[in-house]
Amino acid sequence: MNRRRFFGFLQKEFRHIFRDRRTMLILFGMPVVQILLFGFAITNEIKNVNVAVLDLAHDDVSRDITNRILSSEYFHLYQNLRSEKEIETAFKSGKVKEVIVFENNLAKNIYSKNTGNIQLIGDATDPNTANTIVAYTRAILLNYQQELNKGSKPPAIIQTEVRMWFNEELKGVYLFVPGVMTIIMMLVSAMMTSISLAREKETGTLEALMVSPLKSWQVILGKVIPYLVLSFCITLVTLGLSMFVFHVPIRGNIFLLLGEVLLFVITALSFGILISSIAPNQMAAMLISMMGLMLPTIILSGYIFPIDNMPVPLQVLSNIIPARWFISMLRDIMLKGAGWSVVWKDTCVLAFMAVVFLFLASRRFKMKLS
Amino acid sequence: MKLTGENIIEVENLVKRFGSFTAVDNISFQVKKGEVFGFLGANGAGKTTAIKMLIGLWSPTAGKANVAGFNLFTEANQIRKNIGYMAQRFSLYEDLTVIENIQFYGGIYGLRKNILKERAEELISELGMESFRKELIKNIPLGWKQKLALSVAMIHKPKIVFLDEPTSGVDPITRRQFWDLIYNAAEKGTTVFVTTHYMDESEYCDRVSIMVDGRIEALDTPTQLKKQFNAVSMDEVFLRLARPTQKQVL
Repeated sequence: MNRRRFFGFLQKEFRHIFRDRRTMLILFGMPVVQILLFGFAITNEIKNVNVAVLDLAHDDVSRDITNRILSSEYFHLYQNLRSEKEIETAFKSGKVKEVIVFENNLAKNIYSKNTGNIQLIGDATDPNTANTIVAYTRAILLNYQQELNKGSKPPAIIQTEVRMWFNEELKGVYLFVPGVMTIIMMLVSAMMTSISLAREKETGTLEALMVSPLKSWQVILGKVIPYLVLSFCITLVTLGLSMFVFHVPIRGNIFLLLGEVLLFVITALSFGILISSIAPNQMAAMLISMMGLMLPTIILSGYIFPIDNMPVPLQVLSNIIPARWFISMLRDIMLKGAGWSVVWKDTCVLAFMAVVFLFLASRRFKMKLS
Repeated sequence: MKLTGENIIEVENLVKRFGSFTAVDNISFQVKKGEVFGFLGANGAGKTTAIKMLIGLWSPTAGKANVAGFNLFTEANQIRKNIGYMAQRFSLYEDLTVIENIQFYGGIYGLRKNILKERAEELISELGMESFRKELIKNIPLGWKQKLALSVAMIHKPKIVFLDEPTSGVDPITRRQFWDLIYNAAEKGTTVFVTTHYMDESEYCDRVSIMVDGRIEALDTPTQLKKQFNAVSMDEVFLRLARPTQKQVL
C-alpha cells in the first residue's frame, strides 16, 4: 500500500522533469558547454602575442634578441616603432600587448660596461596576461645572457629546475572541472528542488498532498530522489567529458569520489528544501538560490579565486560554504590521488553541514504545514 | 438523498487561535451521513480555517472533533484515507495530462492498478472528457478543470468530500453542472461539506451553517432559515446576520 503511494509520487516527479524539455536541455547542456569552454578557450598559456619593437640600437645584439623572440611560437612582430611617441599609439590600437625597447648603443654598452638595458612594456589592462607575457620574454632574454657569458668565467649561478606536479602542463581545465561539477550539482540539487517544491506551494497542490495519506517525509523524499538521480547523471557526464576529451585524470579511488559527490548532493538538497520552506513562490525560491547559494559558491569556494589570497574575513566566511570543502576534496582525489586518510576531515565537515541542514529543513517544513 | 440519523462529522467547541486573534471561536455542529452541508460566511469569517482543521492540515487550539468516525487529534492518518479535499485553487498539475493526474491521485490514495484503471475510465466517460484524455491540464478550459478536480478529489470514494469554494470564478452553466456532480456524489452516499459565498448555491444544500466572526450564528435547512429570519432568499438571511458586525472583512 505504502510503497505503491510512494512510487506513484516518484513517477509524477520524473514526469514533471522530463516534460520540461527546456530545463533538461539547460541542465545537461550547461556542464558540457562550460567544460568545453574552460578546456579550449580559457587557458593561461599564450601563443602568437603581438609585440612591437622600438629598436634604438640597430646593432647585432638587438637584432639577435629580436630574432630569438620572434622565432619562438609565442610572439609575433606586429609593428616596428620609430620613436617613443609611437608606443602609446601602438597600445591604444589594442593589437599590441607588449613593446620591447632596446636602448641606444646596446651592444657597445654590453661589451664595454658589462650592462645593457632593455625595457619591456606590458599592456596591464589585463594584469595576468601582461605578467605572463613579460615572464616569457624575460626567460628568452635570460637564455641569451647565459650564452653571452659562455666562455668567460661564470659568476655563481643558482640553477632552478621547475616541475609542476599533478598538472605538469598547467592545464586550466584541471582546475575548473571540479568547480564546474560543484556548480552544476548545486544548481540541480538545491535550486531545482527548491523551485519544484515552491511550485507545489504556489499552485496549491502541496496542500492536496498534505491532505492525502502520503506522509510528509514521503513527499520530501519523493522530491529529493529524482534530483539526486539527475545530478548524479550530470556529474557522470561532466566527469566523462573531462576524462575523454581533456584527459583530466582521476588518480584517486573513483568510488571514494562518487561517495563524496553523493554527500555533497545531499547537503545541497537539504539546502534546497530549506529554501523552499522559506520561499513563498517559485520566483522567490529562484532568487534566494541564486543570491544565497550560487553567488557565494562561485565567489567564495575557491572555484575561481584562490581562498588563500582573500582578505581574512572572507577566508573565515568561506568556511561555511559547503562547496569550498567539496572542491578541495575533489581536487585532492582527482588530481593528487589522495585517499580517505587525507579527505576524512573535509568529509566530516561536509557531513556535519548536511546533518544540520537536513535537520533545519525537516523542522521548518513540518512547522510550515502544521 | 436519504439521510440516516448517523453523524459523520461531530464538532464540539472547536477553537483556533493565531496569537491573540481567534479565527474560529468555539464552534459546535454535526453533519449527517450523505448530507450536502453548506458552510457559509463572509471572507475572513473563519470558514477556511475551520475546514483546514477538519481535514487535518492545521491542528485546533482546543475542542473535540470526530471526522468519518475517527478522532481528529489521535487518528488523523485514518481520517486522511477517508476524506477527499478540493481547494479553492484546484489541485491539478498543469504540466501533466488528464489521465496522468487521475493516475497520480489514485496512486497516492493507494488504489490498486486494475481498480485505478477501471475507475479512471469510468470517471472520464462520466465527465465526457474522452477527447481530453491526453491533453495537458493547462490546455483545457477552466470549467472542465474544475469538474475534473472534483472527480479526482473523490477518486478513492471517500466518505466525506470537503470543497472549499469550488465554484469561484466559473460561469453559471458550469456551476450548474458542478452541482449536478455534487448531487451525484451525495446520492451515492458521499457526504459533501462545501463552503461557498454564492447564496443561490446555498439553496441547493440540505443544511446550511452561517459563520460570522469565527462563530456559527445560524444552522438549519435553507427553508427553516428563511422562515426564522423572515426572509425571501438566503441572500437576505445572510445579510441580516453578517451586517451588524463591522469586522467582517479581515
